[in-house]
Amino acid sequence: MAGFRRYATYRVATAASAFTNTVFGLLRASITVATVGAAGGTLAGYDARTVATYAWLTQALIGPVQVFQWTELAQQVRTGAVAVDLVRPMDLQAQYLATNLGRAAYMLLPRGLPPLLVGALTFGLTLPTDVWPWAAGAVSVLLAVQISFACQFLVNLAAFWLLEIRGVMILYVVTSGVLCGLYLPVHWFPPWLSTLAAATPFPSMLQTPVDLLTGRLATPSAAVGALAVQLAWAVGMLALGRLVLAVATRRLVVQGG
Amino acid sequence: MAEARAPERPGAWQAYRVVLGSRLRAQSSYRASFVLDVLGSGAITLVEFSEVYVIFHNVPVLGGLDFRAAALVYALAALSFSLGDLLTGDIDRIPVYVRSGNLDTLLVRPLPLLAQLVTGDVQLRRLGRVLVALGILAVVLPAVDVAWSPARVGLLAMTPLAGAMVFSGLFVAVGGAQFWLVEGGEFANAFTYGSSYAASFSPAVLTLPLRLLFSFVLPAAFTGYLPAIALLGLPGPPWLPAWLGWLTPVAGVLTWAAALALWRLGVRRYTGAGG
Repeated sequence: MAGFRRYATYRVATAASAFTNTVFGLLRASITVATVGAAGGTLAGYDARTVATYAWLTQALIGPVQVFQWTELAQQVRTGAVAVDLVRPMDLQAQYLATNLGRAAYMLLPRGLPPLLVGALTFGLTLPTDVWPWAAGAVSVLLAVQISFACQFLVNLAAFWLLEIRGVMILYVVTSGVLCGLYLPVHWFPPWLSTLAAATPFPSMLQTPVDLLTGRLATPSAAVGALAVQLAWAVGMLALGRLVLAVATRRLVVQGG
Repeated sequence: MAEARAPERPGAWQAYRVVLGSRLRAQSSYRASFVLDVLGSGAITLVEFSEVYVIFHNVPVLGGLDFRAAALVYALAALSFSLGDLLTGDIDRIPVYVRSGNLDTLLVRPLPLLAQLVTGDVQLRRLGRVLVALGILAVVLPAVDVAWSPARVGLLAMTPLAGAMVFSGLFVAVGGAQFWLVEGGEFANAFTYGSSYAASFSPAVLTLPLRLLFSFVLPAAFTGYLPAIALLGLPGPPWLPAWLGWLTPVAGVLTWAAALALWRLGVRRYTGAGG
C-alpha cells in the first residue's frame, strides 16, 4: 500500500511517462505494421492488426512491469542507508517486493490506458472478447512484475561489490529490452537469437503476458505451460536474489556510528 | 561592460579546459565502473541496431530501403545522436539542479549557464556509443552502392556533425522546456529519444502526419534518412525529396535557434527558492 501511495503522489511524472510511452507506441506500431506489410500481410502469425496490438500492449506494460531501470536499492547501498533497511524487522527483499507490487498496481491504469486508448483510435486493437485470455493474462502480468523485480533486485545487489552500477544497469536494460520483446516480437527473431532469449527469464516479462492477453496461446495446455515457465523463473530468480543478498550482507561494512 | 569583460575571455576558455580535464580524470578514476559504463553505452547502439537486423531477417525491403541502405541510415543517425548526446545529453537533467538548488550557484558565476552545463557534464562513457556507431558506419560504407564524388564525400563528412547539431539542439530545447515541467522530465524523452528512434528507420513507414512531425518539426529525418538517400541516389517518399539531405546543416541551425530561444525564456522564467 505504501508503494501505491508513494507513486500516486507523482501525477505529473506518471502523465509524462505515459505520454512518452504513447509516442513510442506510434513509432513502434508504424514500424512493425510496415514490416508485416512488406512481408506480404502476415509474419510469424501476426497480421497488421495483431502486431499493432502487440506494440501497444507492450508499451502499456512498460510502466507496471518496470522494464527500464530501477536503482533505488543500489543507491541505498552506496549511501550506506541500506544498513537501516537491514535492521528493519522485515526481510529486505520482502520490503522492496511489497513496495514494487504497490507501484505496479498503481501504474497499471495511468500508464496502461493512455497508450491503449491512442492505439485503439489510431491503429485499432484486437483484444479478446471472452474471459479466459484476460484471466490468464492478469496472472501472467502479475508473474511478469515479480520476475522483472527479481532480476532488477539482483542487478542492484551488484552495488555491494561495485558501488556504482550504472554501466551494469544499462547493459541489463538494453539486453533485457530486446530479449523480452520490447522492440520486436520474440517470434520474429532468427533461430539463434530466439534460442538465446528462451534461455533467459526475459520473454516471460513481456512476450508471454502479451501472448496470453491476445489469445496467441489459445489451448489451455499451452497457456498453463507458459504460466508454469513464468512461475519457475519468478521463484528461481527470487531465490537467487536471496542467496546473493546473504553473501553480500556478510561482506557489508557501513562506516560511521 | 564590454571593455571590462574583454580581458577575461582567455581566462574563460581556460576555465572550460580545466573543467573538461577534471571531468576526464574524475570519470576515469573508478576504472571498473568506467569500463562498464563505456561498454554499457556502446551496447545500447549495438542492441538498437539488432532491431534493424531482425527486421531485415524477416523482410528484404522496408520503407524503400534494403538492409544495407537501412544500416547506413541507422549508422548516420546513431552517430549524429551519440555526438549530440555526448555534447549536451545531460541538459535534460535541469530539474535535478533546480530541485537541489545548485542552479543558483551556477547562475551567479561569471560564465554563461548553458556553457557551464555543457562543459561541466560531459559524460565520457558516451564515447562508447560514438565508437560503436562509427564501427557500424565503417562496415556499412564499403557495402553500399554510392557513386562517390567530392560533393558526396563532403556530404558524408558533414552529416554526423550537422546531425549532432540537430540532436544537441533538441536536448537544449527540452532543457529549456524543463523550467516549466520540473516534475515532468519524462516528457523530454519523447522528443529527444523519440526523435533518435524515429531517425533510425525510413520515414516512409510512418503515416504522413508522423512523417512530417519527425522531419520538419523534430528534424530527425535530416540526421540519417535524407542524407542517406541523397548519397545512394534513391527517391524519397512524398514530401521528402532526396535533395533535402543536403540541408542537414540548415536543420541544425534552425534547431539551435529555436532551442536558444526556448532556453532563454526558460532561464528568464526561473526564480530560485531564495535563502
